[in-house]
Amino acid sequence: MVTNITNLGRSGVSDWLIQRASAVILALYTIFMVAFFLFHPHLDYVAWSSLFDRTWMKIFTLLALLSIAAHAWIGLWIVSTDYIKKSCVRLGVQTAVILALFAFVIWGVQVLWGA
Amino acid sequence: MSTLQVSIYRYNPETDDAPYMQEFQVDTQGRDLMVLNVIQMIKEQDSTLAYRRSCREGVCGSDGVNMNGKNGLTCVTPISEVTKGNKLVLRPLPGLPVVRDLVVDMSMFYKQYERIQPYLQNDASEPAIERLQSPEDRDKLDGLYECILCACCSTSCPSFWWNPDKFVGPAGLLQAYRFLADSRDTATKERLSSLDDPFSVFRCRGIMNCVNVCPKGLNPTRAIGKIREMLLSNAT
Repeated sequence: MVTNITNLGRSGVSDWLIQRASAVILALYTIFMVAFFLFHPHLDYVAWSSLFDRTWMKIFTLLALLSIAAHAWIGLWIVSTDYIKKSCVRLGVQTAVILALFAFVIWGVQVLWGA
Repeated sequence: MSTLQVSIYRYNPETDDAPYMQEFQVDTQGRDLMVLNVIQMIKEQDSTLAYRRSCREGVCGSDGVNMNGKNGLTCVTPISEVTKGNKLVLRPLPGLPVVRDLVVDMSMFYKQYERIQPYLQNDASEPAIERLQSPEDRDKLDGLYECILCACCSTSCPSFWWNPDKFVGPAGLLQAYRFLADSRDTATKERLSSLDDPFSVFRCRGIMNCVNVCPKGLNPTRAIGKIREMLLSNAT
């Protein structure tokens, strides 16, 4: 058993599952957004804001945002453990990534529910 | 053209500051020799060359070497299979410390093999005869038990290069699944719980370098997928 404390799921199985589930959510969100842009070739402010006025769209977007955060945490954690061998540098990079993702999520919530 | 240009990685830590490539010319007399034969002919030219070999028929697994960029057993690899334009480049297996020339230190590889407890564990009392197995259950071990531990797969795996102390590697995981799949082994839960961290199994990214180089034609990636399935159903 290899110990680890900075990965998202605390176990390899949950990290693996979260990464796959978040990838599916992000794929669905991407397909939805591409389809929306295709059906609205002359997109204006009214159509855009009425889309994001709907509660289901806010939930869907927040879900996608949380999926990006989880997916990036797991993915960049793996990259950092592969390539950064000095543990103080690795911990610094992991902390920076987690803090940045946290800030993006809060910022996203503010954008979605703000005025 | 019967003269083969061979470039061999040389390093003797007692006399050399750094490794270097040494050029040799070998007269193959037009024959499609095995790479091991070529190395033996070079050994006649320069007796200081160090390499491992034993059975010379692909059974012992001691002559794993990197030939023109691809790992394999020198004794069962004809030069026509690996040479490009009459040039053969031989290097030790990548990712492991070099002891001398083509000889690598396999300690890390064996340590990972030891970690998966490669022996049958059964807590039931010993029967008077062998522990029996149905032909169907025996079939599940095909494609797993044949591994000769030559390390060609693990040393072609970037995940093993970066984390040889934490990632079990394709060879070790193929054997881990060999005992997980064995109907006579009762330690399945314990075996799985020692593998569910983010490194031991999950550092495999499925690039299949292991499948590409295995001289016995085995498929460690498939075995790793099966272990992942077992871990998932055990944990959900």
